[in-house]
Amino acid sequence: MNKAIGNKVITDFKKENRKAITKFVILKTLSYIFLCFVAVMCIFFFYLLLVNTTKDNNALQGGKLSLTLSEFFNQNLRNLFTKFKTDFDALKGFRASFVIAFGSALLTCYFSALTAYGIYAYDFKGKKLMEVFILAIMMIPTQLASVGFFQLASQYSLKNRWWLLILPSIAAPSIFFYMIQYLRATLPKDLIESSRIDGSNEFMTFNRIVIPIMKPAIAVQMIFSFVGSWNNLYMPSLLLSDTNKKTLPVMINALQHTSWGNIDLGCVYMAIFLSILPVIIVYLFLSKFIIKGVTAGSIKG
Amino acid sequence: MKKDKNKKSPSYAKWGYIFVASFFVVYLLFTFIPQVLTIYDSFFDYSDIVGTLENIVNFCGFKNYKMLFSVNMRGDIELLRCLGNTIIIWVIGAIPQMLFGLLLALIFTSTKLRLKGQGFFKTVFYMPNLIMAAAFASLILALFGTIGPFHTLFVENGWIAQTFDFISDKTWARILIAFMNFLMWFGNTTILLMAGIQGIDDSVFESAKIDGASSSHVLWDITLPLLKPISVYVLVTSMIGGLQMFDVAQVLTGKAKNNSTRTIVMLINDYLVNGNYGHAGAVSVILFIITAALSIFVFKSINRKGDEK
Repeated sequence: MNKAIGNKVITDFKKENRKAITKFVILKTLSYIFLCFVAVMCIFFFYLLLVNTTKDNNALQGGKLSLTLSEFFNQNLRNLFTKFKTDFDALKGFRASFVIAFGSALLTCYFSALTAYGIYAYDFKGKKLMEVFILAIMMIPTQLASVGFFQLASQYSLKNRWWLLILPSIAAPSIFFYMIQYLRATLPKDLIESSRIDGSNEFMTFNRIVIPIMKPAIAVQMIFSFVGSWNNLYMPSLLLSDTNKKTLPVMINALQHTSWGNIDLGCVYMAIFLSILPVIIVYLFLSKFIIKGVTAGSIKG
Repeated sequence: MKKDKNKKSPSYAKWGYIFVASFFVVYLLFTFIPQVLTIYDSFFDYSDIVGTLENIVNFCGFKNYKMLFSVNMRGDIELLRCLGNTIIIWVIGAIPQMLFGLLLALIFTSTKLRLKGQGFFKTVFYMPNLIMAAAFASLILALFGTIGPFHTLFVENGWIAQTFDFISDKTWARILIAFMNFLMWFGNTTILLMAGIQGIDDSVFESAKIDGASSSHVLWDITLPLLKPISVYVLVTSMIGGLQMFDVAQVLTGKAKNNSTRTIVMLINDYLVNGNYGHAGAVSVILFIITAALSIFVFKSINRKGDEK
C-alpha cells in the first residue's frame, strides 16, 4: 500500500520534471527564434542595399524585389566616380566628411579631457559652479543655438567653412561629463603631485601622464563623436552649400531632389553603400568595445 | 585636509582656470551667443524683409509666437501640426522600441536560458544605431519609392494601386519613419536595460529563490518594478531625442512635402532656409522649453532614485 503511494509520488515527480524540461526547451527555442527574427530584421534592408549595388540601372527601375546578387558591382562603382560625379562627388564628399568628423573627434576628446582634468585636479574658486553649469547646459537642445549660429555665419560670410563645423566641438558637455567621471575613477591625485616633484610642468603632466591614463575613455569617445559627426545632417546641410565642400549626408540629402526616374539607381545605391561602409567596417572590428561604451556613457553612478 | 592642500599649492589655481578656459571661450562664442541671438530674434519681425535686401527689423513682441499658434492657409496650426506629427511618429516607434528592448534584455540576462551567440546578436542589434540616418532614409526612399521594388511587389499583389505612393501617404510615411527610428534605437535600449537588470542586487533574486518564488513571480514582482526608474530614464531621453527628429524625416519625405511627417526641426529648418529668423527663433524657444521641462523631470526622477538608496 505504502509502496504504491510512493511509486505514484515518484511518477508524479518525474512527470512534473519532464513538464518543466519541456517548458524550458520550448522557451529556449522561442528565444532563439525571436533573436533570429530580430537579427534578420536588422540586416534585411542592408542586405538589399548590397544586392542592389550589384544590379544594373535597367533592372532597378521599377524592378522586382530580389535577394540574389548580380554582377554589376564594378560597373556601378566605376560609374559613380565618373558619370555620376555631377550628382554625387564621392571623393570630395569623403574628404569633407573625413576632415570634419576626424577634426571634431580629435578636438572634442582632447579639450573635454583637458577641461575635465582642470576641474578635477585643481582647487580654484567657482569650480563646483562650473561643473554644475556644464551639467545644466547638457540639456539644451542644439536647435536653440542653430538659428543664431546660422544667422551669424551668413552675416559674416562664414558659410562653407569647415572649421566652423569643427571648432564648436571643443565645448562638448556630455563628453566632458564622461571624462571627469573617468578621471575620478582612475587617476589618483598623488600621481599628479609626484610628477610635479619630478619637475614636470602642468601641461607636460597632462599630455604625458594624464592622456595615456585616459586612453580607453578617449578611444571610446573618439569613436562615438567621429560616428556622430560623420552621420550628422542638420548643421552641415544648413552651412555647406558649395558642392565642393559638402559632406556625404548633405550630398545624399541633395540626391533626393533630382528626379529618381532619370538617375542611375545603381549609382545611388552605391553612393549610399559607400557612405555607411567606413562606419560598418570600424564597428565590425570594435563592436565589443563600442557596446561596452554605450552603457558607460549613459548611466551615471 | 582641503585647506591644507590649498596652503601647500596656492600657485596651481591659475592652471585650473587656464585648463577650463578653452571650453568656456568656445561655448560662449559658438553656443551661448547664438542661443541669446535666437531668443532675441524670436521677438523681431523678419517676415517683411524675407527675400529683400533690407536688413532693418522691428521689435514685434510676441507676434511670432502668436503667429505660430494661429490657423494658416492650409487650415491648421503650423506649430501644433508639426509637434503632433513629431510626437505621433515618436510614439509609433517608441512602443516597439521599449517592448523589444525589454524582452531582449530579459532574454540576454536570463541565468536560466544561457543562450549561445549572445555577442553576435548584440553586435547585429546595435549596428543600425551607428548607420548614417540620411543614408538609411535614402535607402528606404529608393526601395519604397514609386520605382522601388516594394512598390512593384505591392502593386503586383494588388495591395495598392499603381498611382499609390508610400512616401506621400500619411499613414505609410509615418510608419516608415517610425520603423526606422525603432530599428535604429531598440539596440541601444536593450543595452541600457540590460545594464539596469545586471545592476539589481543578486541577493534579491537569491532570497526570492529561497522563498520559492516562481520565475514569472520574480519577473513581475521584482525585476520589472526595479527596472522602472531606468525605463523612465530611457523613455524620456528617447522622447527628448525624438522631439529633435530631423534626418530621417527630411531625407525620406522632405521632397515630397508630406504635411503629415513634417517635424518641429524640419519647420525650424524651413524657416531658416528662407531667412525668417523670427519664426525659426520662436519655434526653437518653444522646443527648448518643452525639452527643458522633460529634462528636469528626468533629473528629478534620477535624484529620487538616489535618495531611496
